Amino acid sequence: MKQQVEKLKRQDSVFWIVGLLTLAFALITLLSLIVDMAMTGWPRISSEFFMNFPSRFPEKAGILSAWVGSLCVVFVTAFLAIPLGIASGVYLEEYSKKNIWTKIIEVNILNLAGIPSITYGLMALGFFVYHLKLGQSIITAGMTLGLLVLPIIIVTTREAIRTIPAHIREASYSLGATKWQTTWNHILPYSSGGILTGVVIALSRAIGETAPLITVGALTFIAFLPTAPVMATPPYVSAQWLLDPYTVMPIQMFNWVSRPQEEFHVNAAAAGLVLLSMTLILNATAIFIRYRFRKKYKW
Amino acid sequence: MDSKLATTFSKPQSIKRRVRELKELVIRIILFICAASSVLITFGVVWTLLKEAFPFFMEVSVKNFLTDKEWTPLFENPQYGIFNLICGTFLTTAIALSVAIPLGTITAVFLSEYMSNRYREILKPILELLAAVPTVVYGYFALLFVTPLLQKIYPDLSSFNALSAGLVMGVMIIPYVSSLSEDAMRAVPVHLREGSLALGASNLQTSFKVIIPSAFSGIASAYVLGISRALGETMVVAIAAGLQPKISLNPLESTQTLTAYIVQVSQGDLPHGSIGYKTIYVAGVVLLFFTLIFNLIGLRIRSKMEIKFK
Repeated sequence: MKQQVEKLKRQDSVFWIVGLLTLAFALITLLSLIVDMAMTGWPRISSEFFMNFPSRFPEKAGILSAWVGSLCVVFVTAFLAIPLGIASGVYLEEYSKKNIWTKIIEVNILNLAGIPSITYGLMALGFFVYHLKLGQSIITAGMTLGLLVLPIIIVTTREAIRTIPAHIREASYSLGATKWQTTWNHILPYSSGGILTGVVIALSRAIGETAPLITVGALTFIAFLPTAPVMATPPYVSAQWLLDPYTVMPIQMFNWVSRPQEEFHVNAAAAGLVLLSMTLILNATAIFIRYRFRKKYKW
Repeated sequence: MDSKLATTFSKPQSIKRRVRELKELVIRIILFICAASSVLITFGVVWTLLKEAFPFFMEVSVKNFLTDKEWTPLFENPQYGIFNLICGTFLTTAIALSVAIPLGTITAVFLSEYMSNRYREILKPILELLAAVPTVVYGYFALLFVTPLLQKIYPDLSSFNALSAGLVMGVMIIPYVSSLSEDAMRAVPVHLREGSLALGASNLQTSFKVIIPSAFSGIASAYVLGISRALGETMVVAIAAGLQPKISLNPLESTQTLTAYIVQVSQGDLPHGSIGYKTIYVAGVVLLFFTLIFNLIGLRIRSKMEIKFK
């Protein structure tokens, strides 16, 4: 009996060690990825690297068009996906009745979240590029990524709204507020932390996404910037930049990785380092927002 | 008093209230259109893929598609054996899962049953960062860090190979497996856990004989999610696994997946309606077919779980 207890205790502590090693393995992999990339890429990071266009000469090549392109594309993505995603989430949580249509929409959103990202790219190539004739432009890329991250925003909006207890709604209705007044004045403000977390995670996903943009034909050698959205002469604002060709950070990095020359791999590491910092900072922001809001609202 | 009330509350037929009700209705309709647009998107994806892939079968017979020995649609004497690409896809997926499923499950048990709340709150977000790293960065890591490392162990490993791409992909999907599995394990009612411990079972016995069986449908749906991630993963395999489609299960050689083929062809000049254009849609349809099957299995398992715990 005593022996058996001893054996069970021993097994338990062995599993404790196995668990710790597993966790350590995952974290060490993450760490070695960051360290390896930082050690290779750091020497290339300089102000010229950010301000130069891509070039045939690795030491002169930079990421100016790539990071400007990334910003433009993510702007379009946010403009499309945030309102659409939040509205869908609000509808499904606050307005929808439990019926077959709601069920279809719900299953459909789960399915959308599981579709490989590259199929969004194929859809965009057939529909946006050739059917709507938008070409290989910033707006095509932004819309493609917008559709891709839409399920993330919908799901996190729903989760955030679901944590608000029913008595908040009932109190608002009992004072005579309508459904929309309740939603606008109470539900959305109280769930804004969770929604914001979802938005930030969605945008970080959009920044790092490569495959669908390769499919819609992002170019890798762009030695100019999109047209400025504001100018000194009338009509002062221009939407021409939406139809300009572009490149983005992950595509620039992919281009450099796929070249055989060692020097371009250094550039790839530097671009990867910038990209990784952007996504990790966004994710840290998301964790921070979640933490702050969890403290602020305790139901 | 009565007259005062009458002025502060609008009558049901007053214009003010009519306007308000109309506004509510308009908002409800707008919100419904937004939510319903996701159905349109799915429909659009499936329809576009099928529409663009269909002309492929006007040129190539289904028999060639299924039985050709090689996949060389852009060569002089084209061959269209899709199983070459499917084989590469399942090879890298199998390697990834052999990493992600054991490690993800152990991590989930460890976080859910062995860690205090405080440490779990810290460790879980850090672990989820693994899923936040851009996939192109993982591709770089597989090609320029993991492959050279593995070449020290197997010197005849080719510099593009399924093994390192699969391994890196496996680490990448650990958080997908572990997060969902952990949620499922923590949803197991506490009294089951306490009952087992009260009978004298150790923590390990409780985890593997009580918690995992009761949370099995949740864990299985986590595995399914991992599988569909691995099938659809693109950049890691496009960078590190090579460009040679072949029917072979040797992980030390280079191979090509459905996704990597799409990337390779899209990089070049791709006129609308050319054979290259059609083949990437065919590859996309095959990929979508497999992921949808796995997604549906996952949904079935998950809805079973929800019924069980109600």
